Amino acid sequence: MKPLRKIVTIAALSAALFAAAPAWAGWEPTKPVEIVVAAGAGGASDQMARMMQAAIQKNNLMKAPVVVSLKGGASGAEALMYMKSSEGDPNKVLIAYSLIYMLPLSAKLPFDWHELTPVSVIALDQFVLWDNVAGPKSVKEFIAAAKASGSPFKMGGTGSKREDHVLTMFVELKTGAKFAYLPYKSGGEAATQLVGGHTESNVNNPSENLEVWRAGQVRPLCVFDKERISYTAKVTETQSWHDIPTCKEEGLDVQYLMLRAMFLPGKVTAEQQAFYVDLFQKLIQTPEYKDYMEKQALKPVFLTGKDMLQFLEDDGALNKQLMTEAGFVAK
Amino acid sequence: MEAFGLLLHGFAVLLTWKTLLLMMVGLVLGVFVGVLPGLGGPNGVAILLPLTFTMDPTSAIVMLSCIYWGALFGGAITSILFNIPGEAWSVATTFDGYPMAQQGRAAEALTAAFTSSFIGSLVAVLLITFLAPWISSFALRFGPPEFFAVYLLTFCSFVGLGREDKHKTVISMSLGLLLAGIGMDTVSGQLRMTFGSTDLLRGINFLVAVIGLFGISEILLTMEERLALHGHAASISLRTVLSVWKDLPKYWMTLLRSSVIGCWLGITPGGAIAASFMGYNLAKRFAKDQESFGKGRIEGVFAPETAAHASGTSALLPMLALGIPGSGTAAILLGGLMVWGLNPGPLLFVEHKDFVWGLIASMYLGNVVGLVLVLTTVPIFASILRVPFAAVAPMIVVSCAIGAYAIQNAMFDVWLMLGFGVVGYVFKKIKIPLAPFTLALVLGSRAEDAFRQSMIISGGDMKVFWSNGLVGTITTLAILLLFWPVIDRVVGGLRLRNSAAKVEA
Repeated sequence: MKPLRKIVTIAALSAALFAAAPAWAGWEPTKPVEIVVAAGAGGASDQMARMMQAAIQKNNLMKAPVVVSLKGGASGAEALMYMKSSEGDPNKVLIAYSLIYMLPLSAKLPFDWHELTPVSVIALDQFVLWDNVAGPKSVKEFIAAAKASGSPFKMGGTGSKREDHVLTMFVELKTGAKFAYLPYKSGGEAATQLVGGHTESNVNNPSENLEVWRAGQVRPLCVFDKERISYTAKVTETQSWHDIPTCKEEGLDVQYLMLRAMFLPGKVTAEQQAFYVDLFQKLIQTPEYKDYMEKQALKPVFLTGKDMLQFLEDDGALNKQLMTEAGFVAK
Repeated sequence: MEAFGLLLHGFAVLLTWKTLLLMMVGLVLGVFVGVLPGLGGPNGVAILLPLTFTMDPTSAIVMLSCIYWGALFGGAITSILFNIPGEAWSVATTFDGYPMAQQGRAAEALTAAFTSSFIGSLVAVLLITFLAPWISSFALRFGPPEFFAVYLLTFCSFVGLGREDKHKTVISMSLGLLLAGIGMDTVSGQLRMTFGSTDLLRGINFLVAVIGLFGISEILLTMEERLALHGHAASISLRTVLSVWKDLPKYWMTLLRSSVIGCWLGITPGGAIAASFMGYNLAKRFAKDQESFGKGRIEGVFAPETAAHASGTSALLPMLALGIPGSGTAAILLGGLMVWGLNPGPLLFVEHKDFVWGLIASMYLGNVVGLVLVLTTVPIFASILRVPFAAVAPMIVVSCAIGAYAIQNAMFDVWLMLGFGVVGYVFKKIKIPLAPFTLALVLGSRAEDAFRQSMIISGGDMKVFWSNGLVGTITTLAILLLFWPVIDRVVGGLRLRNSAAKVEA
């Protein structure tokens, strides 16, 4: 994905310019800044928030202290409603992901991301089809085994009518194999249940299955993206993230990526928004961030302003279409 | 004996003045947050986590885990002195601990609580030291049917072994299950019983309910009765401590039983709370005079505290070995590990030996130092009882309110807590037990998820709960416990008839 790399390079250059310029003269938070996490403790968003907290603190990117506030109630709906009700408060910043499109559709949550102030898209998360090492060795064998099985294969995932569930529906649609989808509370739980042989497969994000993969307990079958993951350093003894084929290469034409983006509450001033755009531009230059991206196999992207808005509109429309096709939109 | 060598290495890593100092600081902070109801371990650790970012991982985890031990010790203090459980698993400690304080035996109860906490954790740490590899493979055998069976066992043990009227226990439990259903349903992805309210989205927080049900209702009752805390000035002396310790061997069976239950449930994620209740119920079941439980019996403090701490400690094992936190605090520690670049999982024990064994060694040291620390400070805590009720009560109410607010930073929770205070008062007046209610509130949604996941797996076939030896044993045990009073009567009846027959012959 060349255009993306270009964006990153441009962002990096402009950030370097910003860093070289005299101290930022505009608005700056004077109260502690709250990073709002729409998930439970230990999950991917929480880890990202802790990384940001450490990176900001260690590199002195901001004078005000950073606190992480976990609002994972009701599958993250709590965080969305919290941001919605914090209109005009520039000391709260949300780590958003696909839930901003999905929850309003599946659970009729009175929320619309247009009511918040977009700051920046900071990464895209991948989805990988995993099975137990004792299971089939390739996508073809896996699908064949799923079709031949007397009782449907069990697919574990996080939550119901969300990313993992949608992906499972599309794997079913494309292959004709039937799965019994098991909703768990977190990706970590889905990972251990796969290792324990209670499910046949899951579609966890790389970070959620990383440790059990390294321990040789699960096998990545394919990644749901147009191209392979870029990181080529060995993760297990024999494989890197880059060695995982794309699902399309394996004859399963399904693609899905999940945004990780920062939002401020609605009705904040342009100056306040600019401060955070600058802050996150500096943040993505830190070694902590780069290290985190590689470890979690996240796709580096940095979008702000119009580019971000366009991305959100397109991504929102895509998610809505997928949810509608899967029949997950509440009436 | 590889484990032993590694452990010694761990001690070598730890024994520096700097780490020992951090340990003391952590313990004092931990006791402090444990004493404040609602603040508790998870919040304490979360607040202090950023302080440790600049430390090296071993020092940081030593300090954080000492906060954890401190909070575990501290939770017992308010349960015994004010009938307000600081942590969810301290609820069962109030049953006999508070009556003891009312009888002027606060110091004895506190000593018992601290000592049994120490024993419970010690057993669990020994277990972690020697059985770590084996235990992680045991935990992996738990799928949805096994989880449901464990929850069922806990519920059934309440109905079957409880001292209260069975129908009142069932009423109380059903109400708890109903309230546990509020919020997002994991299996269908739909909101339930929120009536369009944003505050109800996240469901009813268990701690908010507990603070109200136990703390506020106790204040209401005390106000109605005598406007005085029924406690006498407790002075703890070396003699009290020694006399409690001298009696310890008498209770070896209770301590052992609770340790085993605690370790077993601690390895099962989310089991710490269930453990303290089960430890208490079983101690009562096997006691000769069950009537004296709930009236200030020292075994009633030993049993739940040992179990809670055994499980609180062993809950760290699935976190380290599998990355599944067994408790709220363990979940925050998990977040901390990630920040320091340590990924919990099967490889942690292989790749970061220094860290893992340093942590395990710190569990031993932290517990010993913690025990000495809390025992020497008991007089300070016990002297709170000497302050007139009129001065203490408002302080307790305020600290309850802060606690309820701090859990999710929501004013709504403070009102909810007051509401639960009234509910608790009414329940106490009409003698409906509170414990089944709180148990159902905390385990209800997990039990429901596990049940429905099992049904998805089996396609609606109940036989899944007997599909292998592990789940079958637990389910059968649960049903036996549920009908225990009936079985007990039948068996007792038969025995009576037999002996009668013998006499006739």
